[in-house]
Amino acid sequence: MDFQGTGIGAENRDDAPDTVGTQRLVVIGNGMAGCRAVEEILARDPGRFRITIFGAEPHVNYNRIMLSPVLAGEKSFDEIVINDAAWYADNGIELVAGDPVAAIDRAARTVTANSGRTVGYDRLLIATGSDPFIIPVPGKDLPGVISFRDMKDVDAMLAAADRGGDAVVIGGGLLGLEAAHGLSLRGMKVTVLHLMPTLMERQLDEAAGWLLKTELERRGQTILTGADTAAIVGDGKVEGVALKDGSTIPASLVVMAVGIRPSTALARAAGLAVGRGIQVDDHMVTSDPAILAVGECVEHDGQVYGLVAPLWEMCRALADGLVAEPSGYRGSVTSTKLKVSGIDVFSAGDFSGGDGAEDIVLRDAARGIYKRVVLREDKVVGAVLYGDTADGSWYFDLLRKGDDVSSIRDLIIFGQAFAQGGGQADPKAAVAALSDDAEICGCNGVSKGKVVASIQAGACSLDAVRATCKASASCGSCTGLVENLLALALGDAVESGPKTICKCSSFTHDDVRREIVAQELRSIPEVMQKLHWTTPDGCSSCRPALNYYLLCAWPGAYVDDQQSRFVNERLHANIQKDGTYSVVPRMWGGLTNPRELRAIADVVEKYDAPMVKVTGGQRLDIFGIRKEDLPAVWADLNAAGMVSGHAYGKALRTVKTCVGSEWCRFGTQDSTGLGVKAEKMSWGSWMPHKFKIAVSGCPRNCAEATIKDFGVICVDSGYELHVGGNGGIKLRGTDLLCKVATEQQALDHIAAFIQLYREEAWYLERTAPWIERVGIDHVRRRIVEDAVGREALTARFLFSQSFSQDDPWAARAAGKDREQHAHLGEFRPLEILAAEGAR
Amino acid sequence: MTGDWIDVGALVEIPLRGARTIKAANGEEIAIFRTAGNRLYALVNRCPHKQGHLSQGIVHGDAVTCPLHNWRISLSTGEALGEDEGCVPTIPVRADAGRILISRIAMLATLAA
Ligand SMILES: Cc1cc2nc3c(=O)[nH]c(=O)nc-3n(C[C@H](O)[C@H](O)[C@H](O)COP(=O)(O)OP(=O)(O)OC[C@H]3O[C@@H](n4cnc5c(N)ncnc54)[C@H](O)[C@@H]3O)c2cc1C
Ligand code: SF4
Ligand code: FES
Repeated sequence: MDFQGTGIGAENRDDAPDTVGTQRLVVIGNGMAGCRAVEEILARDPGRFRITIFGAEPHVNYNRIMLSPVLAGEKSFDEIVINDAAWYADNGIELVAGDPVAAIDRAARTVTANSGRTVGYDRLLIATGSDPFIIPVPGKDLPGVISFRDMKDVDAMLAAADRGGDAVVIGGGLLGLEAAHGLSLRGMKVTVLHLMPTLMERQLDEAAGWLLKTELERRGQTILTGADTAAIVGDGKVEGVALKDGSTIPASLVVMAVGIRPSTALARAAGLAVGRGIQVDDHMVTSDPAILAVGECVEHDGQVYGLVAPLWEMCRALADGLVAEPSGYRGSVTSTKLKVSGIDVFSAGDFSGGDGAEDIVLRDAARGIYKRVVLREDKVVGAVLYGDTADGSWYFDLLRKGDDVSSIRDLIIFGQAFAQGGGQADPKAAVAALSDDAEICGCNGVSKGKVVASIQAGACSLDAVRATCKASASCGSCTGLVENLLALALGDAVESGPKTICKCSSFTHDDVRREIVAQELRSIPEVMQKLHWTTPDGCSSCRPALNYYLLCAWPGAYVDDQQSRFVNERLHANIQKDGTYSVVPRMWGGLTNPRELRAIADVVEKYDAPMVKVTGGQRLDIFGIRKEDLPAVWADLNAAGMVSGHAYGKALRTVKTCVGSEWCRFGTQDSTGLGVKAEKMSWGSWMPHKFKIAVSGCPRNCAEATIKDFGVICVDSGYELHVGGNGGIKLRGTDLLCKVATEQQALDHIAAFIQLYREEAWYLERTAPWIERVGIDHVRRRIVEDAVGREALTARFLFSQSFSQDDPWAARAAGKDREQHAHLGEFRPLEILAAEGAR
Repeated sequence: MTGDWIDVGALVEIPLRGARTIKAANGEEIAIFRTAGNRLYALVNRCPHKQGHLSQGIVHGDAVTCPLHNWRISLSTGEALGEDEGCVPTIPVRADAGRILISRIAMLATLAA
């Protein structure tokens, strides 16, 4: 249906007697808003205007949002036409298609198209839509680089897909993902490059963005987030996209879908008021009363819109103001859905949180669902739905109406059917109303009757229920139901179970650790989704714990999350009360030499460190280093062969030693040598809490080994191994673990013990409380009595060490994450004040 | 530098759930936070408790936990949350076209105070 350069619908219009219309209306833009406005005008008064529509595209009016289904092969062009040629003819509209307007002459009240055709107007309507934003990188003009805006772009994509090969879509927003989906359905190998850390960050929160990414990857697309395009490369045509990190992705087609800009060039040239878009009042009138504007090209009350729903409202207000009772447009609230990919995603309003915002989060891992409703002052202000969007329109309605939802607050997250279920508004009543064979726990097939029976048989806590009838023992999504049953049956007699990891979860530390391994959970968002976290991004208690648990469960595979680490571990130094840092280099087994001492002395002088202190762990602590100087300090210490002492970390800290048989007249074994070996084996490993080792050469115990997490006392016949000591707030002497004959056995036991502690203790639990909780017998059973188990523990520890024994200082000194140390910017108030004074 | 808003850097230079600082010529620091929800906040980089550098804390939701003694501070109001009491000045900040803009007047007022 092409109408290149022709006028249709009103042949010889200029000569014909004016059958329709006394005034002449000219419309620039034959798109969604332009034609809708004409429809609205015709519906109110078909006789008022003689209408001419100019369109840059050689088509009749079609539904632009259906281009995605056309690309995906779900629809043909004919199926997305809104108004066919007959509509123009029937309404006496002259369509000038494929001939863009080049200029507006406001004084003469005419418009002139590219072809030279000039038409006069009484009223002019500008509806030029948007221009795709093209990022200004080298190569952007190469053949094969296109945007996704109109039918011509879709045709270019279809032609490229026929040739097959690789496509790169730049932009992981709505449009980019729809393009990527269409291209991959058509057989291309698609990579999506997205600058931001999560997909569709304007519409989705981090959790939903992560779910979407995971699902698209499962379908075979490659999604690179945090990917910054440096250039598009190719000789005469596109061959690939180069990223700022130095990598290049091959591509025979590059689709840019990074955003749109209101198309305002014509209006600007004509001298109309233009901000981000063409400025209009509530009746869509521009700064020139004879000219109106509508659609994506306008700015109303400071807002521009990139979706159709607001355009419909604008078009109504425009027609009302032009031919009927003025009604006035008041701005729109918008919502978004992903159309084509078969993944249900919905978002509306403001879900970024903020002051006074309350989040209600529902995660149903079994069904792949994430829902989040944001309330402020008992009103819905935002919603994000993933996986089940059935209630999207209901939430959107609540949001637009601003209804008070306090009466349905507890149930709102379950959706309209549940929340408006009349008498069921109390969750306990809803559970009470369930029949005895209603299923409570889907994972283990446990009915309400069975849960109630086990409560009546004496299970008075969630844990007891889990242990006796298995309900809520697996994925945990029914925990709320079980708790309600407990409350119904026992009232106040419910025993609260072991402490949950934090307020964001109903799971205990043990549950979380177990499920990470059992369900093979491999990232923080995944854990939060699968274990039904009730906050969008956790808190300062659970995030560091999850980060550690994942790191311990998947050595080498898990990618550490910096933002979930306490500042000391993020900066590899100890924060002190004045905001400066202290730095402790490793001194293996407490040994040092002139070169190291000199390097330390030099650092102290060079960076003006106000204090150096010998620590209780036989090392030197350099105080008062500024954050900016840390990388340089480390570089200097590295140069003398010293590495990070991890004095800041939940990690192996020191191995304290005495001089032993080398020098001491009482020494029975080489305690210093064993200490050095133990430290070289275990440094760099992350732990639930800090971990200290000591080795004494005889029972006189000069290294104070019996108040360390692991202490070795050398005796004539071998090595006594002690565990669980603590010199901290609560002094605790060690328990004797066992005695071994050789140094190697001692080292193997140290490794096995550390690994057991790493795998079983709760985050921030030191060995002393851990052992008091699980019992020394448990530790002996696992390490002393079970030789095979011990060897496996040792092997797991050494495997994990193969990934973690590199010096974090060296990486930082070489420039990694250097922005952590630098200021973002600088602000000079005095200069500004002076400049102001001079004015 | 455009009128009332000062461009202090690119949005991408602050990681999600992270913070960066601006150094002021009088020695004060301003911390700019970016939340998981992609909101920006700017606070004086001093905890109302004992001056902890808030920029170094863990960001969660729209709050930050101070690295020194775990006070939780609201990023939007600067007030201490929960049991604790205290408040740190906030400064209007916004993102525009990928740049971070901070209110010049509010900066001057805050730093003068
Ligand atoms: C692939 C795709 C999918 C989309 N999906 C959705 C969705 O799911 N939901 C949603 O709400 N929105 C969606 N949108 C956005 C929606 O299409 C736009 O909001 C809507 O089309 C804007 O209408 P408009 O009339 O302002 O602009 P357009 O529909 O773009 O119309 C403007 C017309 O003006 C013409 N024009 C420009 N300059 C001149 C000139 N000088 N002379 C003559 N003609 C000119 C252009 O060629 C164009 O045809 C999608 C957009 C695209 C591209
Ligand atoms: S612990 Fe024994 S061997 Fe070691 S220094 Fe003291 S007395 Fe000597
Ligand atoms: S200084 Fe911030 S909590 Fe103490």
